[in-house]
Amino acid sequence: MSVLIGVPREVFPGEKRVATVPEVVEKLIKQGFRVAVEQGAGDAAQIADDAYRAAGAEIIADRAQLWAASDIVFKVRGPDSGEVALLREGGMLVSFIWPAQNPDLLKALAARKATVLAMDSVPRISRAQKLDALSSMANIGGYRAVIEAAHAFGRFFTGSITAAGKVPPAKVFVIGAGVAGLAAIGTASGLGAIVRANDTRPEVADQIKSLGGEYVPVDYVEEGSGVGGYAKVMSEGFQKAQREVFAKQAKDVDIIITTALIPGKPAPKLITEDMVKSMRQGSVIVDMAAEQGGNCELTVPGEIVVRHGVTIIGYKDLPSRLAKQASTLYATNLLRVIEDLVKTKSIDGDRIDVDMQDEVLRGTTVIDKGEVTWPPPPPKLSAAPPAAGAKPAVAAPPKPKGHGEPSGPMSGTKTAVLFGAGALVFLLIGRFAPPSFLAHFTVFVLACFIGYMVVWNVKPALHTPLMSVTNAVSSIIAIGALVQVAPDLTKISADLARPNEWIRWLSVGAIALATVNMFGGFAVTRRMLAMFRK
Amino acid sequence: MSWSISAVAYIGATILFILCLGGLSNQETSRRGNLYGMIGMAIAVVATVFGIQVTPAGLPYILAAMLVGAAIGLYAARVVQMTQMPELVALMHSLVGLAAMLVGYANFIDPAVSTTLTPAENTIHEIEMYLGVLIGAITFSGSVIAFGKLSAKISGKPVLLPGRHLLNLAGLVVVLFCGYAFVTAHSVSGAMLPMIVMTIVALLFGVHMVMAIGGADMPVVVSMLNSYSGWAAAATGFMLNNDLLIVTGALVGSSGAILSYIMCNAMNRNFLSVIAGGFGTDSSAPAAGAGAVQPAGEVNPILAPEAAELLRDAKSVIIVPGYGMAVAQAQHTVYEITKVLRDKGVNVRFGIHPVAGRMPGHMNVLLAEAKVPYDIVFEMDELNDDFPDTDVAMVIGANDIVNPAAQDDPTSPIAGMPVLEVWKAKTSIVMKRSMASGYAGVDNPLFYKDNNRMLFGDAKKMLDEVLTALKA
Repeated sequence: MSVLIGVPREVFPGEKRVATVPEVVEKLIKQGFRVAVEQGAGDAAQIADDAYRAAGAEIIADRAQLWAASDIVFKVRGPDSGEVALLREGGMLVSFIWPAQNPDLLKALAARKATVLAMDSVPRISRAQKLDALSSMANIGGYRAVIEAAHAFGRFFTGSITAAGKVPPAKVFVIGAGVAGLAAIGTASGLGAIVRANDTRPEVADQIKSLGGEYVPVDYVEEGSGVGGYAKVMSEGFQKAQREVFAKQAKDVDIIITTALIPGKPAPKLITEDMVKSMRQGSVIVDMAAEQGGNCELTVPGEIVVRHGVTIIGYKDLPSRLAKQASTLYATNLLRVIEDLVKTKSIDGDRIDVDMQDEVLRGTTVIDKGEVTWPPPPPKLSAAPPAAGAKPAVAAPPKPKGHGEPSGPMSGTKTAVLFGAGALVFLLIGRFAPPSFLAHFTVFVLACFIGYMVVWNVKPALHTPLMSVTNAVSSIIAIGALVQVAPDLTKISADLARPNEWIRWLSVGAIALATVNMFGGFAVTRRMLAMFRK
Repeated sequence: MSWSISAVAYIGATILFILCLGGLSNQETSRRGNLYGMIGMAIAVVATVFGIQVTPAGLPYILAAMLVGAAIGLYAARVVQMTQMPELVALMHSLVGLAAMLVGYANFIDPAVSTTLTPAENTIHEIEMYLGVLIGAITFSGSVIAFGKLSAKISGKPVLLPGRHLLNLAGLVVVLFCGYAFVTAHSVSGAMLPMIVMTIVALLFGVHMVMAIGGADMPVVVSMLNSYSGWAAAATGFMLNNDLLIVTGALVGSSGAILSYIMCNAMNRNFLSVIAGGFGTDSSAPAAGAGAVQPAGEVNPILAPEAAELLRDAKSVIIVPGYGMAVAQAQHTVYEITKVLRDKGVNVRFGIHPVAGRMPGHMNVLLAEAKVPYDIVFEMDELNDDFPDTDVAMVIGANDIVNPAAQDDPTSPIAGMPVLEVWKAKTSIVMKRSMASGYAGVDNPLFYKDNNRMLFGDAKKMLDEVLTALKA
């Protein structure tokens, strides 16, 4: 009997996402799993039960039955107390848990002897990126934040000049250029707004620019990168400088999107009431940190409020508001988890036993068979600061000596040695060779130099035609055969026994061979060159 | 035709040959360059045939030989496929080598030659003759083996005899000894034995040398043999006191030498180490050392429709072709894809590594055959900086020339070799038949990068599928 993966309907009020989608169901089944989906689980994300059924999933109407039957339960939100009670003793659960914020939930799950993989605890290393649900959700959140802002904002994003008058472009200021911030920057600039962004980690400046944003620095020297690519709490001096920058931006921009989070801490209050007051009427603030208390002093988590003429959006469920997209990406993240489990033999036949030696699985697993394993040991290396944030400095190693370096003069001694050796060779030739040889030798040496000069200019693209044409030209050797076929023999004394026939046939053979080359070489070069076209 | 007229005709031919090579410096003038070469050759042949050195009695023989040769040559040039160019060129080199051998032997058995020479001149002449035959023989047998390897009639793997350097050294000693015996012999019959022994040794040496060199080093070998065929002609020129042969031979010889040098540079390898042979073998030690830093991770295989999706969504694409494209004859499909993408406004360019393929410039010729305009075909140095701004880099049947280990792993056997930095593109797609490592036997960390996708299968078949998906 193969492992059954169960996907219940989300019970949290307003949660529209679902933990799997039909495309992923198909892939899971291909991997040898069975999948059961609770009736109506995908309704809020516009995925019909029939679509799941068509993909091969079993639809179960009874919640309790689904939970009881499932070897592994896929969820989006962490389970509430009712769901914890439904989880099979010793079962496995994969979902968001937020263990730091929910110690009671952790205890309750441990009491069920469950194995729990927390999608929020995936280590931040490159190998784990494909199962990093936080990033994929943040990406959606960033996009949705801009859409929400555009909805609440009374003007175009793109500046344009129309017959009905000039429309100035909207100015958007994004605080925090993590995954969500970058997604917001990309979306806003895609809509045509002028986008500025700030982050305490200076190395993200390039990423901001690459998405069409402008990096607004804080003139205060302090490195803001913490372990694992997250930001850390900054010093008082920095915070003051930062507030000044934000105050200035608040007066200028139309929309502020804040995404500043520090792991395990309440969100920093970056936008003060005074800053909100200084903003223009009709401006919008989207506070993506609302779940952790908000970056703006006036944010009401989970709601839209208007304060001092500024709309402050504090939705905590931005990804859920793009339910279908979020479900698809989340489901794929879960699929990757399953793939990792299969690959490490954590799931082998019916047996489920998470391989705690695997760094990714170790970090993700918060409860292993009833034993709380959270927090995991710290990641071995901080992936993001200088190493990954800055471009990896891979200077090619210096070339070995003795060759290469066509440019740049040789060293003095090397040149001297070379010239000395050359002089010696020439001296020897001059000492022993007869004058008739030297005339030819002169021609030969000069021709070598001409060849050298001419051929250096040949484009690499034409190297093959060059070879075939030089090949054709080297059939000049035919001349050597031609002069031997039938020389004027009258001048040669008759008593010399010249093997005329031998010489003639050797020469005829050489002529034929060289002519193959001569005609073949030029013809094929011509054919090749005719193909090169603009 | 008087002697002087022949002489000036030779000068004219010489100039035309130089202009011919010079004309190849770019595509616009190259066709004219080839024409110069043909005219030069025609002048040289006509001036010789009707010159004082050939009596009318020889004309029928000459005519017959040339007709046969021309027919074969033109036929071969017409039917050869562009993917077979390396084979054809290697085969033609062997003909020049063989011709040089025959000319040398003909000259050698002609007693009339030495009657007018002083003793010193005679010695020089004998050395020239000896060298001419030596180089001709090496060129001949080496090219035949190269042809066999390129046309896959002989395995492309390096064949390494035990003590091969000693064997070569022994051959050299025999050649020197025979040379001494040859020069000091007083009669043709007395010199015949050393000459024949030397020829056999030279032929074996040519075979041995090329057998020891593996498939991917073929660009170096082909251009080296090209160079040899030139030197053979030059040596023949010395032997016959013919300046036209000397100049032409020197031009061809230095051209081939430069090409070999460029190829070696492109692989960051020493010419001697290429000739001494055996890439994968010599580097077994460093390869084992590299085992400790085996690229870990997994590949992301995709199917043709997904590749088409990636290409369709891209704004700029760089295609990096390799020998695999030539093997699969996929160049036409590549261009079809290029056309579709360019019609959609995608900026498609080609990046050519100097040693991609089996002879210098091989890829350019294939792309030209497929009618890819040459102004979107770039050299490695011209677009290596553009990869970070490129959405998709598509690698077709290439491996070592896109291996990041050449840059970041100093222990890699290909460390320091310039490579196309495809991994800097937003996404790279590598088309390969399997996960087998490239010629150098080095694993390629590129395959395991997060932004890399693998499209497994025969290049032609996969590209056809991509094209169908793109058009759909």
